[in-house]
Order: sequence, then structure tokens, then C-alpha cells
Amino acid sequence: MLDRGLESESIEIIREAVAGAAKPVMLYSIGKDSSVMLHLARKAFYPAPPPFPLLHVDTTWKFKEMYAHRARMVAESGMTLLTHTNQEGLAAGVNPFTHGSSYYTDVMKTEALKQALDLHGFDVVFGGARRDEEKSRAKERIFSFRSKGHRWDPKKQRPELWNLYNTHIQPGETLRVFPLSNWTEADIWEYIRAEEIPIVPLYLAKARPVVRRGGAWIMVDDERYPLEPGESPEVRRVRFRTLGCYPLTGAVESGADTLDSVIAETLGARNSERQGRLIDSDQPGSMEKKKQEGYF
Amino acid sequence: MTTRPLRFITCGSVDDGKSTLIGRMLHESKCVFEDQMESLAKDSRQFGTQSGKVDFALLVDGLQAEREQGITIDVAYRFFSTPKRKFIVADTPGHEQYTRNMATGASTADLAILLVDARKGILTQTRRHARIVAMMGIRKVVLAINKMDLVGYEEATFRRITSEFEEVAAGLGIPSVMAIPLSALEGDNVVAPSGRTPWYGGLGLLGLLEGVALEEPLGSAPFRMPVQWINRPNAEFRGACGRIAQGRIRPKDPVRILPSGVETRVKEVLAWGGPQGGAEIGDSITLTFEDEVDVSRGDLLTSPEDAPQVADQFEANLIWMSEHPLVAGRPYLLKLHAKEVTATVTSIKHAVEVNTGAHGAARSLGLNEIGVVNLSLNQPVPFEPYATNRTLGSFILVDKLTFETVGAGMIQFALRRAMNIHWQALEVDRAARARLMGQKATCVWFTGLSGSGKSTLANLLDKRLHTEGKHTYILDGDNVRHGLNRDLGFTEADRVENIRRVAEVAKLMSDAGLIVLVAFISPFRSERRMARDLFPEGDFIEVFVDTPLEECERRDVKGLYAKARRGELRNFTGIDSAYEPPEHPELHLRAGESSLDSCVEAILKHLS
Repeated sequence: MLDRGLESESIEIIREAVAGAAKPVMLYSIGKDSSVMLHLARKAFYPAPPPFPLLHVDTTWKFKEMYAHRARMVAESGMTLLTHTNQEGLAAGVNPFTHGSSYYTDVMKTEALKQALDLHGFDVVFGGARRDEEKSRAKERIFSFRSKGHRWDPKKQRPELWNLYNTHIQPGETLRVFPLSNWTEADIWEYIRAEEIPIVPLYLAKARPVVRRGGAWIMVDDERYPLEPGESPEVRRVRFRTLGCYPLTGAVESGADTLDSVIAETLGARNSERQGRLIDSDQPGSMEKKKQEGYF
Repeated sequence: MTTRPLRFITCGSVDDGKSTLIGRMLHESKCVFEDQMESLAKDSRQFGTQSGKVDFALLVDGLQAEREQGITIDVAYRFFSTPKRKFIVADTPGHEQYTRNMATGASTADLAILLVDARKGILTQTRRHARIVAMMGIRKVVLAINKMDLVGYEEATFRRITSEFEEVAAGLGIPSVMAIPLSALEGDNVVAPSGRTPWYGGLGLLGLLEGVALEEPLGSAPFRMPVQWINRPNAEFRGACGRIAQGRIRPKDPVRILPSGVETRVKEVLAWGGPQGGAEIGDSITLTFEDEVDVSRGDLLTSPEDAPQVADQFEANLIWMSEHPLVAGRPYLLKLHAKEVTATVTSIKHAVEVNTGAHGAARSLGLNEIGVVNLSLNQPVPFEPYATNRTLGSFILVDKLTFETVGAGMIQFALRRAMNIHWQALEVDRAARARLMGQKATCVWFTGLSGSGKSTLANLLDKRLHTEGKHTYILDGDNVRHGLNRDLGFTEADRVENIRRVAEVAKLMSDAGLIVLVAFISPFRSERRMARDLFPEGDFIEVFVDTPLEECERRDVKGLYAKARRGELRNFTGIDSAYEPPEHPELHLRAGESSLDSCVEAILKHLS
């Protein structure tokens, strides 16, 4: 059943963050959590548009349907979209195949994000992370303090009591704010259904060209994907539980081609949603390490 | 039925099996996915404490350091649900040094599970946990007597511990205690009642949690909403955004704006999509008003009947959360709902010994210490006592320099009603008085090491200003310490109070139109900041008399450095007490390098 308290809490968080910010920005990754976060931001400031831009850190390896959805949502919300790609990484040809997911993520996502934040001088950055996603995220504050260089020190987090958020920072320091901290995957889906929030069609099952890699189905979204000699993608009915860079995002076989059937599958799922994300498990405690370096 | 999740906290030490219990609940409610179980099995072999068997504690200890050391360092939030209810668990550490984390977890919880080892019974730490839970306003406690398997599932043990705890709870004013015999490791009474405790006759823990009623007594209480944000996209629209902390609101309802006391009526209750018929406690909304009223962030909107108190002095419970101890008299930022003001702790009434509840005298509070304190705010704020409304009675203290969150407090009551105090509106003001004297009222604040030349410079400046016909006065460290401040010593707390008094005297004198020259070592940045905050922008001139320590020590006019070096003088600035140099003084004088005259000229130039 839908919990309106979660919505109200998130709106309270968003307003509080903006009230304390000099230059806020919302990270927009185009996925379902970002879609919900964007929707909540629009609600928080209705009838005005949210008083901050969206920022998409573009690795150039997102699904084509994600780019199309991004264009649609920017038009609909009337918000400004900033995109940033790590040009040095791009020039050096950093990609998820030859450089490995860990190095690729560091250069094209974490470094790119830090570049974008420094370039624009944002002091408060909204992210769509949830505590139920992963163990180190379960320990993170809603207002997460980052020292100069965007580093997260899990042992030096500010105490966070009641709904009282400390938004004070020194020049050069930043805050990451997570309005969806207390949402679960099921909450996200139920809310998308109740509010009829547009999502990327990749979340619904459809016949798609895929190849098997490391126990996961990877969709061959464009000609850049390196196939084995003699290999050709097979067509299977698959959908995605999370969306990231297409070569690193595993699909699950599914017949769920409506929101209702996706929700039914999610509630009965036997595997966590981040199972499809290869970058979570590429080294021990990997998410915690990435977060310390500045990853969301 | 409410769809709001039940938020609870689990308290217990490392060995009580707290993480094991949470892991077990997640597992039993089918909230652990297969891939997570697989990595759990792998981690259990590497880090587990159950000799290779699945160690459920590893499900919740998320940080690498925690897994390596087998302890919980920080609050972790876990989510699970059963077909009947959603749950959010705050898993918090049990050690005494983590009191602040437990308070953090408890601050948003509806219920607390207190774990007790059946073999050990009620321990000091159980009492500590119960005391914090009670202070944080949690009214429902589940006493989970764990490790029943190790006492042969014996009823007498369970009854003995239960009745002992009920006494503790009654003493702390916890109204509801539900006791349950458990074995988190074996799974007894975690989900369903266990066959091994036939004498128990109650529900399993999950069933118990599913059935707990969440009271919302504030839903029908008078309307209260802190204003978080003024939404003003264009000249036509102006709305006050916030989340309702108490009661409900509809269009046409009268509201009062506090602290101003101005009244108006609600025009529209707005949410996404347009005007609503009304809204209630917990809703985030935007209100527009029938009149053009002055309302800003931090104001409290309230129904005109039963409006809350507005006050600037409180008694409060305070938990200290910083390595750097609380200093009475030092100004901190205080955040209460959406309002931020400057506050000082005027006195520590007593410290509370967290294990026993005993009251003791205290001059300061250290990390994880709890005290009852009096606070004074620089402006009156609307509030409710914490016992009435957690949202409107809780506050945090933030250090003005480091911006750390240093304390968390709960308002008990106002010490006096600011509503009854009317500041005399002074017709003849500071500027008028200064004008009559043909000058601008100013405070020149000299700071620097002992022997740096502050007093010498102040005296020279005083003479120059006097000959120019200006009205001046010098406040000198030594002179004031012989009179007004002769009750103060040289500890950090006394030095803070010393400066506070001097700053207030300087303020009064400059309000009288004088140019006040203050020559004090004033070693701490936060106290100089406090002094600066008393004056209008531009009327406070901080002069850093920067003479190297070696030079001051060489001069040693009063022989104090020699004494301090011999150990006869404690807390001497520069020797065994820190001097924090100003970061942005109006004037930075290198008195060792340039002549006194040129220093005085520099100040005069700044003043003109």
C-alpha cells in the first residue's frame, strides 16, 4: 500500500536542502529513482518549477532509450539540463570493455561527477540513492557531508537527529542530499504506478537482442558492443531492474510488460536489484570504497 | 489501517545478539535476496563468528571496519516488510561511547527493542539504554530476553528479568513494556511462537510488531506548521511551504504567524495539481493567505486558539556529541524546526550519569554526556515542549566555526515567557547619541598575545582621538579583571565568560555613543565572533596585534612568561593555552616590525 508519509518526508528534505544551499543541483541519472526524485522536486516547489538545474553525468554509454527519455522529461519539467562528460577519459578512449568496470566507473562516473561539481561550484547535490540498496548506503546520512575533494568519511558523519538537518558547510565542502533514503524498491514502483510517473520503457519486458556475460544478460544496444568471433545476439524477452551504462547493466528474463506485472515480480523477487550491476561486486567492500572516493 | 511504517530501534551490546536478531528478522520476512544470501554465506566463512555457519549479523554490519572488528560503529537503517506492515529498523551500537548514535536512531523511532542476555539479566547498559530511550520520548518498549536456549528456556529466568525491568521502566516513566523470550540464533519466537516456550503464550516478535498500534494524538491537536520555504516564483504568487507538525488545516481557517503574532486566514491549501480540500499532520503542503502578511522561513503557523509559547530561555535535556566539550557561555547555532538562532548555554544545572541516572554538578559536558541545561537565545522562538511534540521541541546545536553538529536537545519548558517582555523601543538611539558627540560609535578590538603591545597601542590611540575631540574609553584586560571580572580565573570556560562580559560592556558603551577601545588577549575565534555579532556591521574593528611569541617573551614586561615557563602560571596563552589568530581582521599590525606611530596611523586611517 502506498505510503504518503514517504512522499511528504522527501519533499521536506528537498525544501530544507534548497533553503540552506547557495547553489543546489539535482543529479539526474534517468533511472526510476531519478524519475521519482524529479517528480518529488516538482511537487515540492509547485506551482513554481524547482529552483535548480538537473545534472546528467554522461558516460556516452547509456541506453539509447535513456537519452530519449531524458529529452522528454527536460521538456516536460521546464528545468535546465546540464550534461557533463569526462573529456580526458573520452579522448583516452576509456570504455567498460578494455579498462574493466572499476577503472571505467572511476574515470567516467566518479571523476566526471567531481569535475562537473567543481566546474559549476555546486554546494548541494541531490542524489537518488536509497538505504535499502546496499550495505554501506544503509549507513549514510540523508544530508551527507563531503570534505574538500568530495570525499566521504564513514567514521566522521555528522549525527542526524529527528528531521533536523545541519546544512552548514565551509567553502569547498559540499553536501550530498538523498531525499529517497527511506524508500524501498517496492515503494518506488508503487509510487510510480500511483502517480503515473513516466519511466524509460527498458523497465518493461520486451524482446531485445542480448548476449550472455558473467551470468547476466547484456543488451547489445549499439554497434560498439564487442561480440565474440562468430557470436550474434539472441533475442529474448528481458527487462531491467536498474539502468546504468548498457554494457554493465544486466537484464533479467521476464514476461512482465506492464507496471502491474513488474510490481508483482518485484515484490516476489528472490534477487536484489543491484545484482544486475556489475560494478557493485568488482572488489570487496566495493560500494563503500567508491563512495569514499566520491561516487554516489 | 495506517500505511506508515513502524520505525523502531534495537538496543543491546555486541554480545546480546542484536545484529543477529535483525538479520534473522530480515531473513524470516523473506527480505534477504538470494544473491545477498550467497554473499552472506561467503562473508560468514571469511568474517563470521559462528564458526562458518551463516552469521546473520554480517547482513547488517555494512562498513569494512565493522566487519573486520565484528562490531557496529554507526547507525544503519534496514527496511523490511511483512504482508501486514512495513518496518524501518535503526540498528545502533551498544557501547557507551556510542550514546550519540543510539540517540540518533531513537530520535525518529516509535518503539525500542531492548535486548537482554538471559544469562546476564538487567545490566548497567540495559539501564543506560532504557534511560536514553525514555529521554528520547519513545513510549513503547519491547524487552527481548535473548539467548533463552542457553538457560534451558526456563520460565523463572524470564519472569525474574521481566519484573526487574518493569521496575526500571516505571522509574523512567516508560508506559508500555512488552516482554518476549527469544533465541535469535535458533529463531525461537522470532516469527511464530516457539514450542520450546509453551509457558510464554504470547505472539512471536514479528507478530507483536505487526500488531503495535501507532497513536496519532497530535492529529486532532491544534494546527502547527513550521515555514520551511517561501515560494515566490513571480509577483502574483506567494506561498508558505512546510510540513504539518500537528493538527489539520483547511481553506478559510484562521492562522496566526509566530513570533510576530499577525493573524490572517488561509486562502488555499496547495499541493501538486492544485488547491486541496485540506491537509493533515505529516503532509507537506503550500499555503496562501487572504491578506498580504509578512511570513518567512522559521516562522510557525498556528491556529489562533491554543497558540504555542514563544520564548528565548529554556530548560532542556542536552546530549553532547562532539569531542570538543560544551563550554557554557560560548555561542552556538541552534536549529529548532526551520528556525536558526544563536544560543548560549547559560548554566549546566546538572549532568546526568547515564548508567544510574544520578545527578552531578558539572562545569562542562564531554562527548556522549547528558545534562540538564539552561539556554538563552538571541531572539524569541515559538516551540512546544518535547514531551508534547517531538518536532517542535527538539533542537540541534552547531559549532559556529567548524559547523559540526555538537549537541542535540529536548526542550522541557520555557524559563520565562518572552511574550511578556517588551524591549523598550529607544527613541534616542545609538546613532543619535554618537551624532551629538560628532562621531561614529565604534568598537576597536585589539587582540594578540600578552606583551604584544595591545594596551600601549590602545593608549596611544586614545590620546590621539582625545586630542581630536572624540569621546572614547579604554577597556583593558588587567583593569577589568580587577573589578567586574575578579571572580573569574583562567580556565577556558572562565575566559569565555570574561570576554562575554567585556563584549557586553563595550556594546553598552558604544550604544551610549562612545568609541570603545578594547585591549584583551581574547585568544579564541568563537568569542571574538560573539563580540562582533553584538555590533552593527562595520562598527566592530578587529585589530590583530601580531607580535611574534619570541619577541613578546623577550619583552616580558610583567614577568609572566618567565613564570609560565617555570610552571607557576597555568593556562597561559602562547605557552600552554592556544592562541587562535584572526582569519580576517580589519587590521593586521605587525607591531614587531613597524613603529608604534605608524600602527596608530593605520588605525586612524581605518576609522576616518
